[in-house]
Amino acid sequence: MSVAEAPAEADPAGRVPQPLIRSSSLLRAREQAIRLVLFLCALLSVATTVGIVLILVDETIVAIPPDTAFFQNVSLWEFLTETRWTPQYAEKHFGILPLVCGTLLVAGIAALIGIPVGLASAIYLSEYSSPRARGLIKPVLEILAGIPTVVYGYFALVFVTPYVLRPIFQDLLGFHVSVFNAASAGIVVGIMIIPMISSLSEDVLRAVPQGLREAGYALGSTKFDVSVKIVVPGALSGILASFLLAISRAIGETMAVTIAAGQHPKLTLNPFESIETMTAYIVNVSLGDTPAGTIEYKSLYAVALVLFVMTLSMNILSQFILRRYREVYQ
Amino acid sequence: MSQFDQSFSAGLAARHRQGRIFEFVCAASTWFALLALAVLIGGIAWQAFGWLDWQYLTSFDSRFPERAGILAGLWGSLWLILFTAIFSVPIGIGAAIYLEEYARPGLMTRIIQINLSNLAGIPSIVYGILGLTVFVKMFGAFDPPGVLDVSLGIVTLHIPLPLGRTVLAGSLTLTLLVLPVIIIASQEALRAVPPSLRHASYALGATQWQTIRNQVLPSAMPGVLTGVILALSRAVGEAAPLIMIGALTYVAFTPGDIVNPVDLVRNPQGVAEAPFGTFTAIPIQVFNWVSRPKVEYQHVAAAGSLVLLALLLLMNGTAIFIRNRFQKRIRW
Repeated sequence: MSVAEAPAEADPAGRVPQPLIRSSSLLRAREQAIRLVLFLCALLSVATTVGIVLILVDETIVAIPPDTAFFQNVSLWEFLTETRWTPQYAEKHFGILPLVCGTLLVAGIAALIGIPVGLASAIYLSEYSSPRARGLIKPVLEILAGIPTVVYGYFALVFVTPYVLRPIFQDLLGFHVSVFNAASAGIVVGIMIIPMISSLSEDVLRAVPQGLREAGYALGSTKFDVSVKIVVPGALSGILASFLLAISRAIGETMAVTIAAGQHPKLTLNPFESIETMTAYIVNVSLGDTPAGTIEYKSLYAVALVLFVMTLSMNILSQFILRRYREVYQ
Repeated sequence: MSQFDQSFSAGLAARHRQGRIFEFVCAASTWFALLALAVLIGGIAWQAFGWLDWQYLTSFDSRFPERAGILAGLWGSLWLILFTAIFSVPIGIGAAIYLEEYARPGLMTRIIQINLSNLAGIPSIVYGILGLTVFVKMFGAFDPPGVLDVSLGIVTLHIPLPLGRTVLAGSLTLTLLVLPVIIIASQEALRAVPPSLRHASYALGATQWQTIRNQVLPSAMPGVLTGVILALSRAVGEAAPLIMIGALTYVAFTPGDIVNPVDLVRNPQGVAEAPFGTFTAIPIQVFNWVSRPKVEYQHVAAAGSLVLLALLLLMNGTAIFIRNRFQKRIRW
């Protein structure tokens, strides 16, 4: 009887020792299985994107028969050039321009507030404040980003319009300020994006090497010169990327604008009028009792597709700027 | 003094003044943001004063503002967080582990990585549209709708197919929404674990998975958990995707009729039914109250906002606690 054929002896714990080769191949199979499961987890994110694109395209561009897609009923030309958006009326018009205009109006006002304040506070935190103050201020600022957007909408409707906009612009300057208006929504969305801009910009400002600042001082620069002419240009790509991300967030912002900006799709640049954004339209259709399958219901997907393309292209542009124009410091 | 020095000093006072003004503007901007936060929270607390009481926390919505309460939304939100966490945490950490520990640089990895950062920027309402088709309607594959009964001994699960406007459909939608955030945060935490730890583990004969499970993951856990809680607190505040998938706005019941923590033990069948019940959530109730014409509902909405902020504070506080508690133990 050779050694190999000897019956395996159980160890004191009762386990039968396995030949190393077999246990290791089992182990290897298990490793492979785990790797596969984890890979599938990672793949889910790609599936999500594919799913979003397929669903939006299915309802708008090509539909599975007998369904018809949105653009088979409404021409792309009408969709992009018509200036009325009246899906709920007897005389239906599907021109996306009023919704895009409303969205850009709110995003523009938000950018007017969020970008200067966000950048200035980023410069303050990175260049002027003491590390201790920064450690205190930064987390508090982050709270602003964490507040739910319905709360911002409530704040716009109940505080910003009656206590800020009306006294200044209606009583003092004589504009008519509607209860629902683009300005109040834009202001709160602007406040919402401040922490995003200031936090992302501060990171890139602080990544500018100290040596560059010291070189500036050695040439007789003041702190202002160093901050504005050396540090900010040195971090410009990151700062621009943070602006784009913030604006893209403002475009996609939903609840605050649904509550505060109104439900009247209108091609106007007057910030005190009631308008409707793309996101607010989507919410209002899904809250209403529009039956699925109708052209009004499909218009929701067409609007969502435009929204998706706009935010996605801004995100891609922001990543491109970061990668292409990043200053690499050793 | 040379001519150069003179011209330098002549402008110096003005340049210093310019610098001081600039510093003031920057400081004022920072204070503006902090002030906005204070006004926001102070204003809401002021509006909610006298409305946020025990009656409010234990009542359903009502046509009378003084009787309206947050109970349905509170339970709805709690069930949503629970199931969102159950789905998103393992998948998110798993994906992060794959990308950090297994994936080799290549086309596929780059696609996944670029896709992740783009997903994080997609508006939440678009996720709602995805959830509506995939989870609520399930592509219309189940027509007529059916119910799958699964018996688990003491309780029976009645799983509707398609899922419909249930807590489960809402949680799955929120899962897709928060996954990119969880994955990106977990990746950062895993990246912070020094390679020497992995090498030491391999040197002792551990396989890659054993190394990850016993060494890398425990070390990265504080960072991962912080990211998870922050992502979940984003999910709690979301209303748009839930409105898209058809969460109800006026509700006088809770998922599984569980209205009290004691019911969780007393009513196991209710617990089993909760994931398949229709629901509302705190942000949706706040949205609904804000939209009502009666002025008193503004106070009800403010009280709801305050409950939501308190819930978020609790979650963020936990995240900070975890980070501080565990960070001190590990020193590389």
